[in-house]
Amino acid sequence: MNQYPLWKYLLILAALLAGLIYTLPNFFGESPAVQVSPLRASLKADAALLARVTTALKAASLNPEIVMLEGNSIKARFADTDSQLKAKDVLVTQLGEDYVVALNLLPRSPQWLTDLHALPMYLGLDLRGGVHFLLQVDMSAALNKAMEAATGDIRSALREQNIAYSGVSREGKVLLVKFRDAEARSKGEAEIKQRFPDYALKDRDEGGEYNLVVTLKPEAEHRIQDSAVQQNLVTLRNRVNELGVAEPVIQQQGADRVVVQLPGVQDTARAKDILGRTATLEVRMVDETHEASTASAPPFGTEMFKDRQGKMMLVKKQVILTGERINDAQPGFDNRSNEPAVHINLDGVGARQFKDATRENVGKRMAIILFEKGKGEIVTAPVIREEIGGGRVQITGQMDTVEAQDTALLLRAGALAAPMEIIEERTVGPSLGAENITRGFNSTKIGFIMVALFMMAYYLMFGTISMLALAANLLLLVALLSMMQATLTLPGMAGIALTLGMAIDANVLINERIREELRNGVSPQAAIHAGYDRAFGTILDSNVTTFIAGLALFMFGSGPIKGFAVVLCLGIATSMFSAVLISRAIVNLIYGRKARLTKVAIG
Amino acid sequence: MEFFRIKHDIPFMSYGRYTTAISLVTFLFAVFFLVTKGLNFGVDFTGGTVIEVHYAQSADLAKVRAQLAETGFPDAQVQNFGSSYDVLIQVPFKQNIAGAKLSEQVIDSLRKQDASVEKRRVEFVGSQVGKDLIDNGELALLLVSLGIVGYLWLRFEWKFGLSAIIANLHDVVIILGFFAFFQWEFSLSVLAAVLAVLGYSVNESVVVFDRIRENFRTMRKAGVAEIIDNAITRTMSRTIITHGCTQMMVGAMLFLGGETLHYFAMALTIGILFSIYSSVLVASPLLMMFGVSREDFIKPEKAEAEEVLP
Repeated sequence: MNQYPLWKYLLILAALLAGLIYTLPNFFGESPAVQVSPLRASLKADAALLARVTTALKAASLNPEIVMLEGNSIKARFADTDSQLKAKDVLVTQLGEDYVVALNLLPRSPQWLTDLHALPMYLGLDLRGGVHFLLQVDMSAALNKAMEAATGDIRSALREQNIAYSGVSREGKVLLVKFRDAEARSKGEAEIKQRFPDYALKDRDEGGEYNLVVTLKPEAEHRIQDSAVQQNLVTLRNRVNELGVAEPVIQQQGADRVVVQLPGVQDTARAKDILGRTATLEVRMVDETHEASTASAPPFGTEMFKDRQGKMMLVKKQVILTGERINDAQPGFDNRSNEPAVHINLDGVGARQFKDATRENVGKRMAIILFEKGKGEIVTAPVIREEIGGGRVQITGQMDTVEAQDTALLLRAGALAAPMEIIEERTVGPSLGAENITRGFNSTKIGFIMVALFMMAYYLMFGTISMLALAANLLLLVALLSMMQATLTLPGMAGIALTLGMAIDANVLINERIREELRNGVSPQAAIHAGYDRAFGTILDSNVTTFIAGLALFMFGSGPIKGFAVVLCLGIATSMFSAVLISRAIVNLIYGRKARLTKVAIG
Repeated sequence: MEFFRIKHDIPFMSYGRYTTAISLVTFLFAVFFLVTKGLNFGVDFTGGTVIEVHYAQSADLAKVRAQLAETGFPDAQVQNFGSSYDVLIQVPFKQNIAGAKLSEQVIDSLRKQDASVEKRRVEFVGSQVGKDLIDNGELALLLVSLGIVGYLWLRFEWKFGLSAIIANLHDVVIILGFFAFFQWEFSLSVLAAVLAVLGYSVNESVVVFDRIRENFRTMRKAGVAEIIDNAITRTMSRTIITHGCTQMMVGAMLFLGGETLHYFAMALTIGILFSIYSSVLVASPLLMMFGVSREDFIKPEKAEAEEVLP
């Protein structure tokens, strides 16, 4: 009655073997490494780059343990951090600006394990050290910008069709188009409706004025917000690339938030500077008909900005081009005057817009305005000499080479579609991270040993079997976490300890049941059978309730708490498997074959 | 070895009035402290900045405070953290200071005073994040409660689900009461522990309820109180041993896990201790009160089939 078919033993054996293989990499530890990845999509990490890196390192008499090509980057592993840092310096000077050289950690596990995709657990920032940022995207700014653009679009549409209107004004997210009579309004309404499907229109008559109220449709609003976040994600990714981090995580969280995780980064000031640059770029026309003065408010339809020298300048509100149209920007020199310059490459739409604008405005001045933290500054205001087609633009102005580089970096990294603000920061130093690992590991170890000693003393043979099952549970849990590359955090380690402590419940339930059956005078074989059978329903019920809690934590928790929830849920799955199947298999192996079993060692 | 060799069933149900009275009093105390003292919410919820720094020698807290006051943080809380070398600085959230830059200002200022200072950890949480976390915490609590009631309703009967969740929510309130009374910091990981306890301590009720259901089928002549007494007595050994083992694990975390895990383990410890009490001595009397009867399991044929699982 207590015999498993062969396939069940084989299944358990296979699970344990897989568990062992995928747990193994965690024992080899990690070594400092340097990771080289190309900055631009046009460049590839290939065998040629591998050779370059190898020779560069050899020339500097650095001996990497291994240099390999993985994905789109080259990784070189070193014995100590000293040679790692030296190697980074060597590679930065040798490879130039086209490549990012970042510090990283590489597992020391043998190649055959890596070939099986057996990797060590992915450690969270609280265990490996690094920075975590949560950024909030300012959605109302994105919508304001869209409405500002709408003002210009509607004006030019009405003008093109010769529809008489007396003004377009904006109040927050609502546009008011004023007409002289109802007929013009209905014509205007039809025109706007046909051209711009994103706007919701409504008539409103006020004191003899025929007004048209224009608002964004909710779905259009939604789309604008969504694309603002998407663009900010791309921008952040570019910026983080410039920062040289090995495995950054940049993800959307919720509707309007972005998580940025930079493992190993300690210089938070620089990271914040680069991330927090809420720069957006706009190209507008300079208003030359009025004189700029600080004494009076700027004339209607214009705004006043300072340029780099602090001189005031009046600029039209209408935007010709925004930063999102910029494909690439490189620092360089003007080939005539040899002044430092920034060369900009626009995308198709941007190139067309820019061509139209420059054709219409030859001889006039155009301002490139950089908005940082809500404040605009005119980077440069060149005179348009001729129509500029093809999307290739060169900006020269009063700037030195460093400024040219800075401006290019800002333009290249792309402007943000909407400003962002850091609303959460968590930085963990590497020493604390290492300490957290030791503490988490030690408390799990000590707890496990205590439980093991108690169980073996209290339930004798069955206690020992329970502990073997619990050890298998730990093995499978760690293997599963390594296999899924789920992030292990300190609360996650606490979760491992807690699930082990809770998993014991199943074995205690079973053992108590067997004792009870034996006390009632049932034969040992029947007692074992009944014990496992009857306890199963209870084990299932009690695990499901804990699983519900884990699921809720996963859904609503963030960061480290999510790590805890993942471990809790996985731990429940592995503990069901090990407490019921594995411990039963061992019991069956030991007692199942004995036909006349008179006594079992259960204390 | 066997700790609990109990010959006769202990008449728990006849003590029902006392046991529920005791937990009612504890509960009221917890509510009282929650109302009068309130929870000492950590930076996760209130917003603000926490900075942990490490000195090469014992830190002089007075000097650190003076230095910070000079830099413009007179309201910064400075205290030792774990050892005399480690210092924890808490700066409350302020509207006018760009919160994200604050940590650098503090570290720079401390570095001027003593170059050996090492930044160990920085946590800055904006006020809007804290509000979201509280909202999410409440939602999670609600979801867990509903989920458990729903599951127990499905597996047993609504009376079981209701009495289990009342017993266990009362545990949650008592844990919170402890945190309010001692003014321990209530952080995100403590919240996680509270929710885990909710899921975990329901186990306790489930085990007893399972026995009660089984007893309704096997002890045909016994009364309801007798059936419940027998179920509790028969599962008592398992209850104590299981919780003892879990507590060994949690205890290791409490003493060896460092400051970060300390209160997490503390919440679990209180939760485990009270869940033993409440799921046995509160949930079962409640079950009696709701009038559980053999008729609730009148369709045993179907349920029986379910029991014979591989």
